[in-house]
Amino acid sequence: MKLTLALAAAAFMAAGPALADLVVPNMSYRTGPYAANGIPYADGFNDYFSLLNERDGGIGGVRVAVPECETAYNTERGVECYESLRPSNPLVLNPLSTGITYQIIPRASNDGIVIYTPGYGRTSAKNGSVFEWVFNAPANYWDGASVAVKHALEVEGGDLNGKKIALVYHNSAYGREPVRTLEELAEKHGFELVLLPVDAPGQEQKSQWLQIRRDRPDFVIMYAWGVMNQAAIQEAVNIRFPMDRFIGIWWSGSENDVRAAGAGADGYKALTFHGVGRDYPIYDELQQYVYDAGRASGAGDQAGTVLYSRGVYAAMVIAEAIRKGQELSGEAEINAAQLRDGFEALEITAERMEELGLPDFGQPIALSCENHGGDGLARLQQWSAGDGQWSLITDFIEPDAEVLDPLIEEDSAAFAAESNITPRCG
Amino acid sequence: MIYREAGDFKTGYRADGQTFPIRLDRWGYYAALAVAFGIIPFVINNYWANAVLVPFLIYAIAALGLNILTGYAGQVSLGTGGFMAVGAYAVYKLMTSFPEVSILIHILLAGGITAAVGVLFGLPSLRIKGFYLAVATLAAQFFLVWLFNKVPWFYNYSASGQINAPTRTVMDIAVTGPTASAPAKYLVCLVFAFALAWLARNLTRGSLGRKWMAIRDMDIAAEIIGVDPLRAKLSAFAVSSFFIGIAGALLFAVYLGAAEVGEAFGINKSFLVLFMIIIGGLGSIFGSFAGAAFLVVLPVLLKNVFVGGMGWPTDLAAHIELMIVGLLIMVFLIVEPHGLARLWSLAKEKLRLWPFPH
Repeated sequence: MKLTLALAAAAFMAAGPALADLVVPNMSYRTGPYAANGIPYADGFNDYFSLLNERDGGIGGVRVAVPECETAYNTERGVECYESLRPSNPLVLNPLSTGITYQIIPRASNDGIVIYTPGYGRTSAKNGSVFEWVFNAPANYWDGASVAVKHALEVEGGDLNGKKIALVYHNSAYGREPVRTLEELAEKHGFELVLLPVDAPGQEQKSQWLQIRRDRPDFVIMYAWGVMNQAAIQEAVNIRFPMDRFIGIWWSGSENDVRAAGAGADGYKALTFHGVGRDYPIYDELQQYVYDAGRASGAGDQAGTVLYSRGVYAAMVIAEAIRKGQELSGEAEINAAQLRDGFEALEITAERMEELGLPDFGQPIALSCENHGGDGLARLQQWSAGDGQWSLITDFIEPDAEVLDPLIEEDSAAFAAESNITPRCG
Repeated sequence: MIYREAGDFKTGYRADGQTFPIRLDRWGYYAALAVAFGIIPFVINNYWANAVLVPFLIYAIAALGLNILTGYAGQVSLGTGGFMAVGAYAVYKLMTSFPEVSILIHILLAGGITAAVGVLFGLPSLRIKGFYLAVATLAAQFFLVWLFNKVPWFYNYSASGQINAPTRTVMDIAVTGPTASAPAKYLVCLVFAFALAWLARNLTRGSLGRKWMAIRDMDIAAEIIGVDPLRAKLSAFAVSSFFIGIAGALLFAVYLGAAEVGEAFGINKSFLVLFMIIIGGLGSIFGSFAGAAFLVVLPVLLKNVFVGGMGWPTDLAAHIELMIVGLLIMVFLIVEPHGLARLWSLAKEKLRLWPFPH
């Protein structure tokens, strides 16, 4: 057994990517309870890098290798993935799991590997002076909570005094992230916050919705993932909760989540930080270089969906940061430290997005040593069950920095004290 | 021919009653120890430590603990995940409250705290048996996970409810936290696994272990011959929980480094450890190690063969891996319902007669 294991390990090491490549691993989950959401994201991530490799020969003339590792959204498999990827000198990791992110932040910071967690992960990593290696632009969980409340304010004509907002959340690190922010916002705007945790994986939430039926909150905000999304939307339909007062975070706003509930889900709202659909010029190129060439990742049937778009978005930001890192260092084959510098000098303007074939796809991003999280803008999309598609209903909304900044300061200071980090950035 | 007792004379009761009465077995045991302590620490790398050996040793400790309760004392438990969580949160609170005390002491204390909690949840075993007890321990599992989610004091009021293991050292060498080296992590787990396996072996062949087995085989008969069921059952719960608590503490502090109770210590963990002892062999020290190896090492091996060696897509490999492990569990249990330990002892019986079987 030992011998076969040793052989397998040797085979594994030999099969790793060639050293000359830029290594950007895809820590995906195509199995397990969250596979329905993990697959489109992983496909979008892979396809964008395939496009760069096929069309431009990589980034700055160096091909990008995207080794995939299956985590099944499980932290123990995440550790295994991290250790198996580490010998190939990855530039950046994107684990798509808040639990795995929390776990690898100390390790990757020690080993000098960038972590990029768009829209998830540890929110206070926005403070780059404490979290040197972690980036979570363009928006984080707390931004999302604040934007959702702002939208509620807008619907109610600017006053939430005496209103009731319920938070239905996945009872894990991910779901608990916005609780503190919403508590602060409740104090500021005078609404009552009702917390309704749902245990993973989240199929069973009858009692939570019974309570919503009884309490009749004015808005329900949801932080769910995987099967919990579908179950929650179905339950909301069952109790005839008004769908336009039901706002999901961006992880609760994909086609998979609303389709199951049929016509009843019409009008459901979700946050997003990027566009959706195939009406972007980049899809012509993806069609030509990737789909038609038979290089599409997975089954190739996810293009244009919400989570596929998010995978493309994450890959696009990473690619731009690599480009910036190459520009700053003057070398084509950069290392993780040079990529970190690239991220810290990253500037993606609206014009640049247009050049990339993604006009108005996302907000402009400008990062710095202190700010690893961008401006945190988000917009709302609404589901139309008749057409079977999402449409954007607001422009980008700015989160309430007055409430969020002190919270980020406090949480990152706690991490700095816990891990003996002296804040950098002069 | 090679593996036999002929010529291996015992001159006293001590020699006759030793754990490995056959010379070749004894040599094999010493050789395994020499390799584990003398060679592996010098050649181990991060992948082998963090993906293979550290989880194997930690699950072996948990399986030993559950084997004492279920295999030796006959009390079915589905609360292993919850008890591991007690160990993990105990060590977290201890290591953050008293950073100057050695982490090894904290791990032992975490085991002790878990033992106390285990005794508390073992009390119903005095009245209920079998499947009903399993349900009572299942309640412990859900209650403990709920408790660690609900009370922010346990996770030091962190925003997300995650607990993170800070760096702690043994003789100035980091064993927890991001700077801990592969040999350090491996050796800490190995020392605990070795010491606890040695303890388990000696407990189970002494008077305490005989009381547990008497209770397991027939509790009324045991009571008639003078075994106090209260003491026997509660001591089994205490010792078992002590082992499981240490496994939970190591799992959190040394292996994962960060944990979240619902994900890391959910009901799945209870089943995983129960499957380990069923596949490995109930009532066997070797079986605890074999079962842990089967369920921890085999999936990693298959993943490396399929994805690394054969270049399959990761999702296909993950699905095939589940099917193969499931199939092997069924095959092993059909071929030998008493687990890998029984297969091993049958193989040894055959070897003793080889090459002249009757």
